[in-house]
Amino acid sequence: MLQFSFWDILSNLLVATQWTIVLSLIAFFCGGIVGLILLFMRTSRIAPLEWFTKIYIEFFQGTPLLMQLFLFFFGIALFGIEVSPWMAATLALTFWTSAFLTEIWRGCVEAIPKGQWEASSSLALSYIEQMRYVILPQASRIAVAPTVGFSVQVIKGTALASIIGFVELTKAGTMLNNATFRPFLVYSLVALIYFCLCFPLSWWAKKIEGRLNVAR
Amino acid sequence: MSYKLQFAELLPYWNVLLYGLVFTIALTIVSTAVGIAVGTAGAAARTFGPVWLGRIVAVYVELIRNTPFIVQLFFIFFGLPALGLKLSETTAAFLAMVINLGAYSTEIIRAGIEAVPKGHIEAGLSLAMTKWEVLRRIVLNQAFRKIYPALSSQIIIVMLGSAVVSQISAEDLTYAANFIASRNFRNFEVYLLVALAYLVLAMLMRAALRALGRVIFKAR
Repeated sequence: MLQFSFWDILSNLLVATQWTIVLSLIAFFCGGIVGLILLFMRTSRIAPLEWFTKIYIEFFQGTPLLMQLFLFFFGIALFGIEVSPWMAATLALTFWTSAFLTEIWRGCVEAIPKGQWEASSSLALSYIEQMRYVILPQASRIAVAPTVGFSVQVIKGTALASIIGFVELTKAGTMLNNATFRPFLVYSLVALIYFCLCFPLSWWAKKIEGRLNVAR
Repeated sequence: MSYKLQFAELLPYWNVLLYGLVFTIALTIVSTAVGIAVGTAGAAARTFGPVWLGRIVAVYVELIRNTPFIVQLFFIFFGLPALGLKLSETTAAFLAMVINLGAYSTEIIRAGIEAVPKGHIEAGLSLAMTKWEVLRRIVLNQAFRKIYPALSSQIIIVMLGSAVVSQISAEDLTYAANFIASRNFRNFEVYLLVALAYLVLAMLMRAALRALGRVIFKAR
């Protein structure tokens, strides 16, 4: 019978960690792009666009991420497309991330004084130009800390992709546990690896936040 | 799309869904109450307790906040029995939620406590109030008033996160959905319905918490 040493377990977990990182990066960057588009829609003052984003955000923030994964996994299949766990996880996490990032960034945009909007519109800048040259450069400064903080949530969110069968860190932990019957060791290591991924980001987010408060 | 959605197929299982819904609500309420108690104790220990206790609490908070809930759940349900501590699904789910919310609410409540001006504490002590009276009537009273909105949204996040407890077969709403899907294979219909149930539940909870806040923190 095949025996798993401590190093076998650890190295297998580390291989799977790569997929956690890849999934997190894709979800974060694609979610960021979708979130930016939604941000423009949300602050556009065009009623139908605003309503759409409001409902979108309400849905993705008001339902469990697990349900969203299931809905994408089984929902896309209804169109006759073969869905891999990989595709469902990427899509669900992207949309979930975008909903939260839009709300975070909207808060930052709203923190910019009204005078900036008025001044830029009196200079005949269009809405897109106002956002591009006046609002976003200022808003992005205060947005960094909460955005980095949210990236921790994204990494933790990818753990749920294990439930629809995507093999990342948590799934690898479950599989190794089934093979070795050493749940305490395996899940401790899994938790430790997540901690090593997330803690530096949390710490960094806190540091940026502190620096911003000093500047004022 | 050639597929026809058939929600009628779910009707025979209404009692399963109802049971799951009640389970999710009950689990959320009980673990919220205990979790906030843990958070209050943790926050008080970090701000007023001895240094070593504060450090332990800090490690607890960071460990929980930087690992996924599902891993915490698996650790408690699968990992702890290896040490001889065997828990039922429901107890493990409850414990994981308490530990999780405890860590987050420690941070939230601590922020509230730190926002209370020092002068208030000194004033209370100079009026011959005991330490406990100052903590309860001055510090926590004001702290909770300030952080109530943040705490409310954390409670809703925990409720949504509780969907994961279905993975250790605690019989919550998501478990009910999985059960029905495994019986009639109407996966999409079930998950859509249950997702909407969670959405309504989240909205109702937000409204209820706001109303509760108005009752507790009546303007004096």
